[in-house]
Amino acid sequence: MVASKDSGENLVSVQVDDHWISVPRGTRMIEACKQAAAEVPHYCYHPKLTSPGNCRMCLVEMGMPPRPSPGEEPELDADGHAKINWMPRPVIACANTVVDGMGIRTQSLLAKECRQGVMEFLLINHPLDCPICDQAGECTLQEYSVEHGNGQSRFLESKVKKPKNVEIGPRIRLDDERCVLCSRCVRFSKEVVDDDVFGFVDRGSHSVLTVHPDRKLENNYSLNTVDICPVGALTSNDFRFKMRVWFMRETKSLCTGCARGCNTVVGSREGKIYRQSPRENNDVNSAWMCDTGRMEYHQLENPARLTEPMIKRGKKHRTVDWPEAICRAARDLTKFKGEQLAIIASGRMTNEELYLTRTLAESLQPGVVDIVKREGEGDDYLSHCDKNPNVNGARKVLKIRSPGSKLKSIRKRIVEDKIKALLVIGEDLIDCGFTEGELSSLQCLVSSHIIANPTAKMSHVVLPGAGYAEKRGSMINATGRLQRLNKAIDPPGQSREDWEILHELNRAVDGCDGVTELADVFTQMASTLSIFKGLSLSRIGDLGVDVMDTGETVPLLEREARRVSEGLIVG
Amino acid sequence: MEVPKELEKEADDFICHYPQEEKGSASLPLLHLLQREFGYISDDAISWVAEKLGTEPIKILELVTFYPGFRQKAPGKYHIRVCRTLSCAMAGCHQTMEKICELAGIDRSNVSHHDPIAISTDGKFSIEFAECLASCGTGPVCLVGDDFHEEVKPENTEQLLQQYK
Repeated sequence: MVASKDSGENLVSVQVDDHWISVPRGTRMIEACKQAAAEVPHYCYHPKLTSPGNCRMCLVEMGMPPRPSPGEEPELDADGHAKINWMPRPVIACANTVVDGMGIRTQSLLAKECRQGVMEFLLINHPLDCPICDQAGECTLQEYSVEHGNGQSRFLESKVKKPKNVEIGPRIRLDDERCVLCSRCVRFSKEVVDDDVFGFVDRGSHSVLTVHPDRKLENNYSLNTVDICPVGALTSNDFRFKMRVWFMRETKSLCTGCARGCNTVVGSREGKIYRQSPRENNDVNSAWMCDTGRMEYHQLENPARLTEPMIKRGKKHRTVDWPEAICRAARDLTKFKGEQLAIIASGRMTNEELYLTRTLAESLQPGVVDIVKREGEGDDYLSHCDKNPNVNGARKVLKIRSPGSKLKSIRKRIVEDKIKALLVIGEDLIDCGFTEGELSSLQCLVSSHIIANPTAKMSHVVLPGAGYAEKRGSMINATGRLQRLNKAIDPPGQSREDWEILHELNRAVDGCDGVTELADVFTQMASTLSIFKGLSLSRIGDLGVDVMDTGETVPLLEREARRVSEGLIVG
Repeated sequence: MEVPKELEKEADDFICHYPQEEKGSASLPLLHLLQREFGYISDDAISWVAEKLGTEPIKILELVTFYPGFRQKAPGKYHIRVCRTLSCAMAGCHQTMEKICELAGIDRSNVSHHDPIAISTDGKFSIEFAECLASCGTGPVCLVGDDFHEEVKPENTEQLLQQYK
């Protein structure tokens, strides 16, 4: 949307298909039409990118009130608006802005004929291979062809052959015959991620999209080009030929790969995730996400997933049912008090899980509670150097001041035999520098994770949890925004959502209850912690709410805001 | 590919005609320089220009493939470009083309949109069709190197080729 304030003087009246609406000055014609619920078909236009106006699909009829001669009164219509003189030729709606009194016709004969003509040209060399194309079902070429195209092709000549199945990067394949040369991918790569790898070579009907043979599309944001490709030209190696898009259930959720908390849509069917793509949130990730985060869902398919609670007997684990596992964990943990007990939680846990860990800690009174720090490489776009998605949640809910600072002393005190029992939630301690010797010296080790990691193998009680797309909950990202994680699929086997595990543990330790579902945990938490005051899980909404001021900004969003203020993009 | 010092100097002179942040504007002059020097634009030449102008090689490749004036393949000693736009086509440029090929020993059977140049077996002549050479009244016309020839009817072709030894 346009950055200017919507005050009266900045609004202009525009007639769209005979209805007058008010839009901010400087609004693109295509956006004005959208506000008037008159969808204008388009390929090259994308609000986050510049508008080259090359696809010509958004041609509409445009008119302006005539400028009256001096002393002459403008001729008014019944609504009191100046009469519109319609231009004989169409204009593109994507790159032109509205002015006061402008008229736009999106459904006139001229506009319809233009679309029909553009569609016919676009389909001249198109292979029409929808039955084997991954884009089918979400392809604008397909949709517009039905809506605006001809039923039949008049093209009798042979189609131009172009390169197919071109590996333009490690994660993407290009089919040039499907490409409509909209240049969205070219502009995204250049304008958003500063990796100007795409180009058009050759001329006329032989024009093809390509990359230089020595320069691949391998930046960490490359898969966004697949999302914005309006047709099936760019396809993701990860997703292609796996699932028809109309069979998938889409769940609005979050990426938990780092502290950015990019908003996502998880596509799943029958308990299996097929893809994860970004969901627009202009306060978090614009419309993009990194490739690393997108592929995170594969961790849920790890063959070493824990699917049943287990208790260690001698050197071997045997599977047990949940009541036995919880009972045993509670009994063992309550044997130790204060200094003898430590809890290591995770910055990957949801606020609700952290809150239940907090109440558990209030009952068990451990000497120390910490989370594992997860520093990694960030970049100047979206990827954050803190790879824990909810450190701010851990700070606020579990009162962790400096994440990971106490792990060293925990190790030391295990060696000194001061700490005898450890509850580990969602982490692998061997991965954090603990040794097998240290863990085996513990009298009680209870761990919860999704994978049979070395810590699980050392644990006396193993509680199988749920992966990030298998549970609900809330998290606070790096900029202090509270957002909601949603459940796309069920956790495998007997494994459970972590809040349930912690809730059961709480109940087994202190017997008190009052919680029947996740939303209750949030409500309890909101009544205890001022940061969540007045909020409930449902009130967080799909786009989240700001609850903290961390002083952090998102470089990518700042650059986008600058381009919006310069009028280069709509935003 | 080795770019002679003088050529690089010439390239630098072109580049400084444009503002520093608009260096890319020198792409076409630089490509013309390299084609003049080497006879065609090699992959190395594309990379050299891209590096010289601080741009991506694909941006130079776009230009080279867009303009038919740039060749990506080494031509013969003399490169002939026969106009095939309307006036010349009507004046019989296709017969002219056939006759030149016959006389020079050029086989055009493998020519395609992506590989428009055919070369004689002895490497002396290469040939391709070109679009309008702006002399519609005197067709068929052709260019041999930079020399312009008008009214090149089939019967004049032998005399034309004899000028180039």
